[in-house]
This record gives sequence, structure tokens and C-alpha cells, in this order.
Amino acid sequence: MEQILANGVYLGSQYAMIALGLTLIFALMNVLNFAHGQMYVIGGFVTYTFYGQWGVPFVLALAMSCITLAILGALIEKFLFAPVIKGSAREESTMLLAAGIAFLLDALILLFFGEKQRGVPKIVNGVFNYDFRLIMPYDRILICVLAILSIVAFIGLMQYTKTGRALRALAQDRTAAQLMGVNVGRYSMVGFALGAMLAGLVGGLLVTITGVNLGMGGPTSIKAFMMVMIGGAGVISGAIWGGIILGFMEAIGLAVLSQYGDITYLLIFVSLMIFLAIRPQGLMGKPWG
Amino acid sequence: MLNFSAKQLVGVGLFLFAIFVGVPLIISATGRWDFYFTLTSVALLAIASAGVWLTFYIGRINIGQGAFALIGAYVSAILVVKAGWSFWISLPAAGLFAALVAILIGLPILRLRGVYFAMITLVLTQVVTLTALALPITNGAKGISSIPLPSGVSLFGIPLIPDFAAMENTKLAFYYSACILMIVTYAALYRLVNSRLGHLCRSMQQNEELASSIGVNIAYIRIVIFAISSFFGGIGGAMFGSIAQSVYPSSFQVADSINFMLNCFLGGLGYVVGPMLGTLILYFGWDLLFELGEYQLLVYSIILIAVIRFLPNGLLSLRLGKGDQK
Repeated sequence: MEQILANGVYLGSQYAMIALGLTLIFALMNVLNFAHGQMYVIGGFVTYTFYGQWGVPFVLALAMSCITLAILGALIEKFLFAPVIKGSAREESTMLLAAGIAFLLDALILLFFGEKQRGVPKIVNGVFNYDFRLIMPYDRILICVLAILSIVAFIGLMQYTKTGRALRALAQDRTAAQLMGVNVGRYSMVGFALGAMLAGLVGGLLVTITGVNLGMGGPTSIKAFMMVMIGGAGVISGAIWGGIILGFMEAIGLAVLSQYGDITYLLIFVSLMIFLAIRPQGLMGKPWG
Repeated sequence: MLNFSAKQLVGVGLFLFAIFVGVPLIISATGRWDFYFTLTSVALLAIASAGVWLTFYIGRINIGQGAFALIGAYVSAILVVKAGWSFWISLPAAGLFAALVAILIGLPILRLRGVYFAMITLVLTQVVTLTALALPITNGAKGISSIPLPSGVSLFGIPLIPDFAAMENTKLAFYYSACILMIVTYAALYRLVNSRLGHLCRSMQQNEELASSIGVNIAYIRIVIFAISSFFGGIGGAMFGSIAQSVYPSSFQVADSINFMLNCFLGGLGYVVGPMLGTLILYFGWDLLFELGEYQLLVYSIILIAVIRFLPNGLLSLRLGKGDQK
């Protein structure tokens, strides 16, 4: 039982970070970012290149992941999303763009990093062992702590800085924020870069444990969508709850249902559909987001 | 309501002539027999995309058509292989079963809107794939393979549809049947859009509360539309399974669902033929770029992004000014 709870916390903290980036982008621009999983994979590959191949210290490699993704996110917003949102008759056209970007990033990952599974050396060795009831490698604990710290830092940024205030205003009401003197174009870009950066950060953190490969992008996006739906689209606290709930469901499901074969996800999906039928806006979401 | 102008009639006539006479002539002249398979796939995917387009028509973004295509493919395969039905009877049965599933699932999820509906339908695709893996009747990951070719149909001794297994050129036969199915689908779609139901759908697309307040039964209409949409998906999937002669849980997955959506967006949501054009360009373009090898996905995605960047309202928006809406 302790083991399941610990796994749940570990998975939940990772998932919450992925969902945070997605929900931030959604809240600001009403864009469903299909490319989120691909951004996560790129983050993993950047850390792999710097830390695993060139021997740069892990923290610096992680910072490089963040910077790369932030720049990438900012460029994508400025040159692709912003003009399309402006010129399109329907908001949904951005979905096509997001899917196109997901394809493009997949292609770039394939060309630059190849299709092999990549891993990096462990950052810390050893295993935490509490009476054989709770076994957790130290590097997982470290990653989990780092993820929780990042989430706290992100919430702090959103709550207490000028940028965070502008972003929250933008998420609440775009027009009103503009009337209050928020530079909407610039903060959309900042928000998108921040969301992409979070995806890159998780990718960089998780490459030390699960490794990274080209095929991880799509499934990661789907998981992120599920977390956002559980918590409610466009709500920061909802994304964190969604991540934690999904992490725990996965940990419990893998432990309890493993004898029945691979049905954990089927059950999660089905219960999600039932949940959404009762509460369409998720746990925290505004109706019709 | 259905008064065609002479120009439109000529256009439809040219189109029919092109796909039934022109394409076979060109293919036999160039010797690219593989194009038959590509074009057959385009026709079938266009049928499924037509369903997605129809759900757009009531203002819902449907990324779950892969689920219904997979359901259709499995129903048809199981009926043909295990129950020994004729394929031509299993085809509507597959569509009806997909529609039935759509009604059951649609009752709760059609209350969702916007991205919520989009995301739940995306999840639905994953659910159906996982269900196909878990159920015993679908044979798990091994899928159902060596499905027999469609048998002949004759009415009072007059052969209506020849036996596919006895034919030397099944590619051509499949091409023709897929094209006929596609044309029937789009004719039905055109008729639907220009009917009273179509007008009601348009009112829902703009504002559901308003439509509801003037007496449109929105709950009923959206179920009906979703069922019709899934019927198309089931038919397309069933035919696809018959051509490939096999069905696997991975035959239609999330990526396919997204592609169905892209077909509609790319062609343009304001036009009945939009999804057909979008499917043709996306699928055929992907096939043509095959010669680029490892750069295939790169070039494809760049073109896709460029199109949406400069024509965000779909390819058919190029002729928006002419007022020649079909």
C-alpha cells in the first residue's frame, strides 16, 4: 500500500507538470495543443544530448531544455498561432495547425535524434528501502521533489509576479485584459513559451528515469488531455488535481489489476467518460470553458 | 430546395465522368496500378470524413471517427468470418451498429461542447482500440485476418454485384464500389444539408440556446446527426477492412481520428465537398511524397502548416467570393 501511494505521488507530480503546460496554453489562447507531447519529447532529447552525450552537468542540461522549448514555443506562437487566430473564421482552425505542428516536430525529432530509445546515466545511485514495504530509487525521489518544486515555483510565478497577473487576466477575459493595458500579443507569446517550457522541463526530468523515444509524444498528449479533462480545461488547480488523480489511478490500477491483463487504461478511460457525463466541466472548470 | 444550376450539373457530370472513366483510363495509360488502392482508400476515408464534417455542422469537433470506423470494420469482419454473412449485408449492419453505439455514447457526451467534446471523442478512439484488444470476440492484438472477398449478389437470378473472388481485377472492382459508395454518401449529405434538418443544424451551429428557445429539439437533432455521422464512419471502416482483408486494433487509431478531422478542416468546413477534397489532397499528397523517404513527414507537415497559415479557412475558401456554394 505504501508502495502504491509513493508511486502515485511520483507519477502524479510528473503528470501534473505536463498538464499544467497544456492547460496554460489552452487558458490563454483557447488552443488545444496537440504538439504538447512532442514538445515533451524534444525536452527529453535536449537533456539527453547535453547531459548524456556531452557530459554537461544535469542542472545545466535541464536549463537548456527549458530554454530551447521556451524559444521554440515563442516562435511557434508568434509566427504560426497568432496570425492563424487572427485570419481564421473559426477558432477551431488552430487545431489543424496544432496537429500540423505535432507532425512537424515528430519529423524534426526523427531527423535530428533518430528513432532509437535513448537513456542517460543515473543522476544518483542507490535505492531507498523502508523495510521492503516501500522501495524507491533515490533518483526517482529526487525527480519527484524537483517536479513538486517546479510546480510550486510556477504557482508562485502565476500568483505573485506582474507577468503572472497579466497571464491570469488574459486567461479570464482577453478583451478586458487588453482594455486594462495588458500587451495581449506579447503575453500570449510569453504564456505559450512558458507552457512549452514546462513540457520541456518534464521531458528533461523524466529522461533520467524512463529514457526518451520518438513514439512517446502522441500518448503523452492523450494523457495530458485526460488530466486536463479531469480537472477542467484552462484551470491551473484543475490541471494539478487531474495529474495527481491520474497518477494515483494508474499506480493503483497497475498494482491491483495487473493479473487481469492490460485493462487499467481501458477502465480509466471508461470511468473518465462516465465522470464527464455527470460533470462535463471537470472538477474545477467553468461550464463550457 | 434541390434546384441545381446548369453549371452545377455540368460540374457533377464532369466529376462522375472523371472518376469512372477518366481515372481508369489514365491509370491503364501510365501503368500505375497502385493508384487504384490509393484512390479507393481516399474514397473510403472521404466517407468517414463526411461523417466528421456532419458533426462539425452542428458545431461539434469530432475526433472520434476512428472509433466508429474500427467498430464498423470489426462488426463486418465478425459477421462475414464467424456468422458467414454476405459482405453486402454486413456493410449496412456495420453502419447501423456504429450508429447504435453512437446513440448510446452520444446521449451523455453530446452534452459536452467545444474542446471538451473534442477531447472526449479523442479518448473514445483510444477506448475502442483498447476494447478491441481486450474482448475475446475481436481476437485481441492478432486481429481478424483472411476475411473472404465480397461474394456476389443476385436478385431473381439476375446478378447485381459480381463475385469479387472470381474476378481477375479486384482492384478495379473495389475502386468502383468505393466510388459509388462515396457518391451515394455525398449525395445523401448534400440532400441532408439542404433539407429542413440541415437548416436546423445550422441554427444549432450558431447558437444552441437560441435554437432551443425557438423550439428546435436540440437533444434529438444532435443524437440523430451523431448517429448518421457514425453510420458513415462504420460503413467506411467496414469497406476498408474488406479491402485489406484484415482488421487489427491498430487499423484505426488516434492518428486516424485526427486525420479525419484534418481532412475536413483542410477542405473547408463550409462546403459539402470539403472533406472529399481534403481527404484526396492529404492522403494522395502523403502517398506522392513517399519518394522523399525520411523527409516525407517533414515536407508533408510543412505544406500542411503553410496551407493553414495562409488559408486558415480551408482550401475551398479560395473561391469564397464567387458565391457558388455547393
